[in-house]
Amino acid sequence: MSELSMPRCWNRETKPHSFCPGCGHGLVLKALGMAVDELELAEQVTFACDIGCSLLAWNFFNFPSLQTHHGRTIPVMVGLKKADSKRVAVAYMGDGGGYSIGLQHLVSTAVRDDPVTVILVNNTVYAMTGGQMAPTTLPGQKTETTPFGRDEAETGFPLKGPELLAGVVHPEAYLARGTVAQVLRLKKTIQKGLETQRKGHFAFIEALSTCPTNWRTNAAATWSFLEREMSDYYQTAEIPH
Amino acid sequence: MEKAVRKERRVFMTGNEVVAWAALAAGAVHMFGYPITPQNEIMHYWRRLAPEYGRGFLQTEDELSAGFTAIGAIIAGKAAFSATAGPGTILFQEPLSMAEMMRLPLVLVVQQRGGPSTATVIYSQQEVTLACFGGNGEGMRLVYSTASHQELYDYTIKAFHHAWSYRFPTLVLGDGYQAKMREALIIYDPAERGWEAIPAEPILGPERIQGGGRPLLHLRNAFSVEEELAEVLREHLDDFARAAPELVEYEFTGEPGAEILVAAHGIVGRAARAAVEELRAEGRPVNFFRAITLRPFPEEALLEALRISGGAMLVVESAVGQFGRMARLAVAGEPLRSFKTLYRPGVGIAAEEIKEAVLA
Amino acid sequence: MRHWKVVAAGEGGQGVQAMAETLALAAYRAGLNALYIPNFGIEQRGGVSLALVQVSERAIGAPKFRTASLVVALSPRSLERTAGYLGPETVILYDSSLVDAPRISDRVVGLQSYDTIAPEAFAERISYHDQRMPVRAAGRGMVALPASDLARQRLHPRVFNMIILGAVVSLTGVVELGAVKGALEEKLNRRFRQDPQLKEHNFQALELGYARIKETMAV
Repeated sequence: MSELSMPRCWNRETKPHSFCPGCGHGLVLKALGMAVDELELAEQVTFACDIGCSLLAWNFFNFPSLQTHHGRTIPVMVGLKKADSKRVAVAYMGDGGGYSIGLQHLVSTAVRDDPVTVILVNNTVYAMTGGQMAPTTLPGQKTETTPFGRDEAETGFPLKGPELLAGVVHPEAYLARGTVAQVLRLKKTIQKGLETQRKGHFAFIEALSTCPTNWRTNAAATWSFLEREMSDYYQTAEIPH
Repeated sequence: MEKAVRKERRVFMTGNEVVAWAALAAGAVHMFGYPITPQNEIMHYWRRLAPEYGRGFLQTEDELSAGFTAIGAIIAGKAAFSATAGPGTILFQEPLSMAEMMRLPLVLVVQQRGGPSTATVIYSQQEVTLACFGGNGEGMRLVYSTASHQELYDYTIKAFHHAWSYRFPTLVLGDGYQAKMREALIIYDPAERGWEAIPAEPILGPERIQGGGRPLLHLRNAFSVEEELAEVLREHLDDFARAAPELVEYEFTGEPGAEILVAAHGIVGRAARAAVEELRAEGRPVNFFRAITLRPFPEEALLEALRISGGAMLVVESAVGQFGRMARLAVAGEPLRSFKTLYRPGVGIAAEEIKEAVLA
Repeated sequence: MRHWKVVAAGEGGQGVQAMAETLALAAYRAGLNALYIPNFGIEQRGGVSLALVQVSERAIGAPKFRTASLVVALSPRSLERTAGYLGPETVILYDSSLVDAPRISDRVVGLQSYDTIAPEAFAERISYHDQRMPVRAAGRGMVALPASDLARQRLHPRVFNMIILGAVVSLTGVVELGAVKGALEEKLNRRFRQDPQLKEHNFQALELGYARIKETMAV
């Protein structure tokens, strides 16, 4: 499949989408779209997105989709799944929603092994609100709230979500980190995450992504930050647990 | 789904047990809860009883999660609810505001405790403003304030039906006394009183057909421009205003020429009723008004009651004017002979005190 | 019948709540309006446990009231804690094996006489009362019953609260003793079946408390 073709489950009426040029969200959602298409799950999926840039995905697909509150996407999908176990629940959020304001939900859901698939986009910043430090901001990285670079002595080290969850998840759960630099691999990772849910277990996929708008980078620098700095700090692999 | 209450029977229970039975009888499918006193036993009873009747329970990591998991279940078309109090009611404003915006029939039972902050686990009527107007919105909620275990049963059942019929989040406002006290009530199969199954259906999905015959597939609470929001809100506010006359409930007893109207809500309404009855027995003509719905507020009924009562009113509540402000606003245009208050924040009020306040 | 407003107070573990709840349940079973509410505040941890019961033929108003028709005090601190509920007509039933009878002045019915009860009074109780101490009215509206001693010597310390309950039933006449036994069977059904002696002890305790009051009143 060419990267230019549109997944069948995409909502054509809302394309071209409204993410910024160079934003990685479109690629993560493409990987998700392809994964759903290939597994023929479009009839079963219910998709929920968070606040932050992820909310722009609220009408991205043809399957039932809703936009929730900041950090609360996971509990909404957990409740939906409890009420209707036939649905395939996909919770989609950024790093602020998943790792900061909603971390208690992420950890508790992982502990309970709730059968939902969580996809978290890590672009190292709060993007929608104008580029503040996120739990994932790299040491030394400049943001609006770390204008002199993230000082880990003051703000700690970037949070590694899948590694954090590795200590609490069920043996059959699925934890992985992918990157928009490798969309097809990301798609496979998401497929495993969806299959894990269908087997009754929790799945979590972090996707390394890009935000040239807030990084204030050109195309080359954007790609370089993703492929060098971010990939050096964050291991893109299935996370053993 | 198996019926939890088939035969009408008289029982002697705590209020928390009543709520659990009412939710079961109504046909609620799932409870999501987080421990906080004084509502805990609602969860305890529900958790024990639910499996017998094929219902579900999840203890969540906090009240935010309890509210949002309930919302998830509701979106999937299941009648879900939670119960909370005090600081939990504060956290619940977040899911409640989403339910308000997206017209989700979230049902929440609040057993009021003392405030502000952690305060007491015992009792208050200090969660009225929070229940009615908490959140960054316009208070588009149905709020029932109960005064007895019978009402706790009746209105919990009604809450599920009206939440799903009118699509506004609905609160049953009890308190720590009602939660913990035991008294008699009749429990019954709601179907025998005209409450058939809760009209629950999936909120989102191919089966939900919206205007133009298209399935409702996309649901949001964030808008890009002011006008877009204003249009949506106008519709919701109109719906709320249109529904209000069908929804308002109150209790009034009295006659023209009374010396004063005693107005209260919830359990304080019982003390007020007892005080009024004693005063009448002593030959004092005193009228009595109890708001059962706090949202929508029975404004016209209160105004009419005040007119009958010669323009004199005593407002009694276990808070400082949370109910009083709504009552005062309802009669704002009316010339008042007197407006007295008996406010006891976080403290129970006995009939004797109300009598004294009337006579003072 | 009159509208009975009962406040019962005791130390944690004395069984105040079980006693109050059983009384309310019995009244409910007898077709009366009954309302029971525990004081479940901070007191429930290591303090005085308070229970309010109302029984009436008419509808019951607020769960809390200002003036009790009957105060049941099972410890010195309980008397202090319930002092605010006393009015001129209030009858006080207290456990005389633990508590000195407070002296009540006819002129000063209220809080003062109870403020004089120091915790040290508790220490003197064992030597002060013997097991043959008769039930007596120790003042205006005061009814003393050495329930704790009776329970320990005649039955079992655990049924102390049922002796008190028997006395309450006798004093108020709100229900027949049989209704209380029925309520108790309903509440403790499984434990009674497992331990028939427990049932026996509880019923005997009820009868003992009931009879003691009847004897006193007859004097």
